[in-house]
Amino acid sequence: MTDQVSQSGWRAWLTTDTPTSRRQAKLSSWYHGWLAFRGNTMAMFGLGILVFLILIAIFAPLIAPHDPLAQDLGNRLKPLGESGHFLGTDSLGRDILSRLIYGARITLYIVILVALIAPVVGLFIGTVAGYTGGIIDATLMRITDIFLAFPRLVLALAFVAALGAGIENAVLAIALTAWPPYARIARAETLTIRNSDYISAVRLQGAGPLRIITKHIWPLCLSSLIVRITLDMAGIILAAAGLGFLGMGAQPPTPEWGAMISEGRRFILDHWWVATMPGLAIFTVSLAFNLLGDGLRDVLDPKDGGS
Amino acid sequence: MTDSTDTTGRTSFFMSTLIKLATTLGAIAFTMLGLLFVTFMIGRVMPIDPVIAVVGERASKELYDTTFLEMGLDKPLIVQFGYYLADVLQGDFGMSRLNGRPVAEDIARVFPATLELATLGTFIGVFIGVPLGVVAAVKRGTWIDQVARVIALIGYSMPIFWLGLVSLLVFYGILGWVGGPGRVSIFYMDIVPPVTGMILVDSILDGNWEVFWNAVSHIILPASLLGYFSLAYISRMTRSFMLEQLSAEYITTARVKGLSERSVIWKHAFGNIKVQLITVIALSYAGLLEGSVLTEIIFSWPGIGSYITTALLSADMNAVLGGTVVVGLVFVCLNVFSDLLYKFYDPRAK
Repeated sequence: MTDQVSQSGWRAWLTTDTPTSRRQAKLSSWYHGWLAFRGNTMAMFGLGILVFLILIAIFAPLIAPHDPLAQDLGNRLKPLGESGHFLGTDSLGRDILSRLIYGARITLYIVILVALIAPVVGLFIGTVAGYTGGIIDATLMRITDIFLAFPRLVLALAFVAALGAGIENAVLAIALTAWPPYARIARAETLTIRNSDYISAVRLQGAGPLRIITKHIWPLCLSSLIVRITLDMAGIILAAAGLGFLGMGAQPPTPEWGAMISEGRRFILDHWWVATMPGLAIFTVSLAFNLLGDGLRDVLDPKDGGS
Repeated sequence: MTDSTDTTGRTSFFMSTLIKLATTLGAIAFTMLGLLFVTFMIGRVMPIDPVIAVVGERASKELYDTTFLEMGLDKPLIVQFGYYLADVLQGDFGMSRLNGRPVAEDIARVFPATLELATLGTFIGVFIGVPLGVVAAVKRGTWIDQVARVIALIGYSMPIFWLGLVSLLVFYGILGWVGGPGRVSIFYMDIVPPVTGMILVDSILDGNWEVFWNAVSHIILPASLLGYFSLAYISRMTRSFMLEQLSAEYITTARVKGLSERSVIWKHAFGNIKVQLITVIALSYAGLLEGSVLTEIIFSWPGIGSYITTALLSADMNAVLGGTVVVGLVFVCLNVFSDLLYKFYDPRAK
């Protein structure tokens, strides 16, 4: 293809019923997915918020009107819009809007790290258990059950207490409590794929278990995992904010949203905005992830599609 | 079951039930053992010297050494775990470092508070969530369905501790409609004799309505919050179960036969999702029992969640381990209960 293909040209190429290459077939199925997704207003709304959040996080130094850590005790607890502080100031006179903007970076950092660790661990354990079966399967699934039986937040709290408070440890703790559902999903998918004809065909060609799992089972587990990850993101954000609120996540003066609520809690009766604004930020972002996840589920996983 | 079941059939049914029961019990035992092991290991990894935690920082070297040996800390970890296990099986979780009382007693005191809150929350979630889910499924695609969806989505996305703070600010701070944090106002504390430990029940038993209404004004806000979260989950699950049933052919048959819509929906479709629904409710109940940590902290509710958190923040490891094990046990039991219910009452699962 040349770059000069007209717009209708590439659209026709993408929507053709007779793809001429593997790449065309793949891109075409993605394009159809995107078309279905684009029709879902709520999901597009969620995507919009997230793109906005990512831009804010990237360009935080350019957007933020003030230094998020700069204290100004003469201007403490100023209400909305007063003396150049659009969302007011906190108990140390720091600009709340700027802290929220920089906090977007921390939120994204936590979410991305957890979303990279937990599903990979779960995918590995689930596919190995499902593919090998027998005693290995039973043992791995029992271990999964043990972790599922824990109260999630309490387990995360205990891990952080053992490892020491901080963002990295909070990420580890949340990931440690988040992997079991992924393992369950991956195992269920593996069990349905394991005995299909194409796996037998690959095995007859001499492929070993490692190759079958990594090349032929993992790709098929991905779509249900991606849906689950997106729906879990909201939970991860809420868990991270909860840890921050309890003083077990990001340490002061880091502008983490949960910790900001905790700081504002003492002034809630007289200076409501200090605790309210970061809560609204958390709510907006986790709502966006939920909307996106709902939409993705309809596209990627039509069997339990919503409306 | 027909009346003509012969003896062999009955024995084999009995045997299979027995085997099922044995495997279930085995699974519970294994899960609990793992739970204990993980909590025990977390406790050992913690950067806290357990001996100093007992004798205090200014103890003499001799005292330190004898206590070290007494606690069995010179033994291998696995042996130490064996000692801990033996104690736990006798209901002994050790002493709390914070108040010097046995942890088991503390848990028996704080658990009813959590139970009270979670039960009320679940009631609210069920009584609003189930009808909402059914209506959303029946009126699929209409504005009612959309509203139900938005209500659930907001519930999934809301940081509970923040919603708790804001609702305290609005309903207690500004409007003054409800009681503040805690279970009862300070004048009403320790008036009714504790029988069950649940203050609503105790005040009814005592016939003390003043305390009862005061307790209601305190519990209503946190219980509604927990109820909202359970409602979000229950209504979504109800909706998807109902959709599955409503598209089945027997529903069409029932409609063709001329049954009223009400009978089709509530008797036929809803009748078939009851068991699934109870499973969901049990899971949500377990979630409230363990997940009310943040709510309890915001509302200064003296339940097991705030007990574990306080203990954790002051490095009271015996209390943390004991609390976690008890919560885990309750969670496992509820899970097993819903599993069994499913197996025995839903013929499709056989």
